[in-house]
Amino acid sequence: MIALTQIVAVTAMNLRNIPQRLGSSCVVVVGIAGVVGVLVSVLGISTSLTDTLLATGRVDRAIVLRDGADTEVSSALSVDAALTIVDAPGIARTAEGYVAATINMVTGVNLERIDGTLASMTLRGTGAAVFDVRPEIEIVAGRMFERGVRELIVGASALEEFAGVNIGDIVSLRGSDWTVVGVFTSGDALESGMLTDVETLLSAYQGAPRNSVTVMLESEDSFDEFRDALTTNPALTVDVLRETEYYSRQASFINDVIGVVTNFVAGIMAVGALFAALNTMYQAVSSRSVEIATLRAIGFGQGGIVVSVLCEALLLAVVGAFVGAAVAWALFNGTTINMGSVNASIVFRLEVSPGLVAQGVVWACAVGLLGALLPAIRAARLPVATALRAV
Amino acid sequence: MTALVSIRDVDKGYVRGKQRVEVLTGVNLEVQSGEFLAIMGPSGSGKTTLLNLIGGLDKCDKGEVIVAGERLHEFSSGKLARWRARHVGFVFQFYNLLPVLSAERNVEVPLLLTKLSGRQRKQNVRAALELVGLGDRARHKPGELSGGQQQRVGIARALVSDPTLLICDEPTGDLDRESSESVLELLELLNRDHGKTIIMVTHDPRAAEHASRLLHVDKGVISAEPLGTAA
Ligand SMILES: Nc1ncnc2c1ncn2[C@@H]1O[C@H](COP(=O)(O)OP(=O)(O)OP(=O)(O)O)[C@@H](O)[C@H]1O
Ligand SMILES: [Mg+2]
Repeated sequence: MIALTQIVAVTAMNLRNIPQRLGSSCVVVVGIAGVVGVLVSVLGISTSLTDTLLATGRVDRAIVLRDGADTEVSSALSVDAALTIVDAPGIARTAEGYVAATINMVTGVNLERIDGTLASMTLRGTGAAVFDVRPEIEIVAGRMFERGVRELIVGASALEEFAGVNIGDIVSLRGSDWTVVGVFTSGDALESGMLTDVETLLSAYQGAPRNSVTVMLESEDSFDEFRDALTTNPALTVDVLRETEYYSRQASFINDVIGVVTNFVAGIMAVGALFAALNTMYQAVSSRSVEIATLRAIGFGQGGIVVSVLCEALLLAVVGAFVGAAVAWALFNGTTINMGSVNASIVFRLEVSPGLVAQGVVWACAVGLLGALLPAIRAARLPVATALRAV
Repeated sequence: MTALVSIRDVDKGYVRGKQRVEVLTGVNLEVQSGEFLAIMGPSGSGKTTLLNLIGGLDKCDKGEVIVAGERLHEFSSGKLARWRARHVGFVFQFYNLLPVLSAERNVEVPLLLTKLSGRQRKQNVRAALELVGLGDRARHKPGELSGGQQQRVGIARALVSDPTLLICDEPTGDLDRESSESVLELLELLNRDHGKTIIMVTHDPRAAEHASRLLHVDKGVISAEPLGTAA
């Protein structure tokens, strides 16, 4: 109880001293704001991306990959395997009585963006049943590609981003010319790429494997039947996933990568902020050594001095954390981000949530406390008699 | 009756660089409760060192320092701090007030170590400031007060927790003659009318005249000097 009034009193005194060291205190606030700003933004990308991916996909659609493949691109299926898969039970039928399944081949095409830079766009070869497997696809301009000829349709998002993919434009693939004949929307990742007929694509890419099979299930509940038929078939070694599951697996994969990058960048910045805090608090302590010695002479204990120095650093850290989070929020909250990669290009909205801000504050406090620890100990160990002579 | 302060065969030295400097050797001193003791001596003779031992700010290398019945040379630093809070009020040459706090807040600082309520603290602070004649300056910051007034605030702070002993190291060393006199009169009043035991180091022979006993320290040796011959 007494200790608490001591700490409050000494801390309040320290805080009133801050205006005299405004410069170096600001360095701490800015340094920590930087750490938290970066942390919150990058974690924001990661969580927003995860949320988007988790909301993507249908539970009544399944994707079949080679066993152990993380993504469509790293998966390869033989012709026989692909044909066995589309024969499995549990798959919905089209109006014409065919199976609602497409065998897919996925590849990246380097194209020029509207801003002149080169980027990879996903080109997906898909089957005749594509509209039954993916009913969300709608042709909004031009027409559907024809099978057996080198024609493409382009997603609306891809059209906004890339140059030379308008209807009538020629896209060169492996030395042959492909014509853009239509524009489609789908409201998901497909829209950031192009679609064509899988057999035509396979013949152009001699030797390339089929990557995956996508099927529309008879119903949500047919999944187990479909999966069991494939996984118990000794001729197949495949992974069968609901589409929702597939995307959440992508999310955790991407998060792992982002996590490593975030921790690295935030870690480096945190070390910088740590030294700023260390330096400022050393300065604060040494500029106050007579005051501290006077308090000690009056009878204040070492504990109160340590805690009061830590409290001061903590306060600077929390201010820094909120400044950093506020800047990140102002700059990035609600921003639309287009994350492109060969297998999936995903558009999502960045959200700086209270949970992220809390995470930033925790980081900031850790940095502040760690930075202030040595100065606090020095303050407490100050030899009182010697410090009093230094007036 | 045992003395309030009893120093027996005390040695105290410092290590400076590789060299050891003996400041006090074989010092003996007794101070009775209710005394106003003045200590004079040339610069570097060990006066502050002696005060620090009596006030529990430093520990001797050899011998015994017994103050208010406690064997200070055996105390840990935490125990010394608590002891100081209870028994000693310090008055410093440069006042050592906390510049960001008002006079009343400065005076309140030692009371933060007690169990007194906020209201009781306010009352005691007010009484201490009245006693030093600064009842009307309670809300001034140290920077807004003259040297003499700042030292009065320093004295009020030393008094406020009603310590057994006041230790003043050159309390008038930074003041002009007039302020000096009024501070010394205040100390004398505290000693005479309030029974405070005061140990004061000074370079000023006229300051020493306010004391009831005068000691001379030279090269770590203490000798009594009859009052009035100090100059
Ligand atoms: N912490 C310390 N480390 C090293 N030497 C010290 C220390 N404290 C005091 N001394 C030395 O001890 C000697 C006595 O110092 P002290 O401060 O007690 O003298 P003083 O009589 O109070 O002098 P003054 O009148 O100048 O205040 C001096 O030579 C001083 O330099
Ligand atoms: Mg001295």
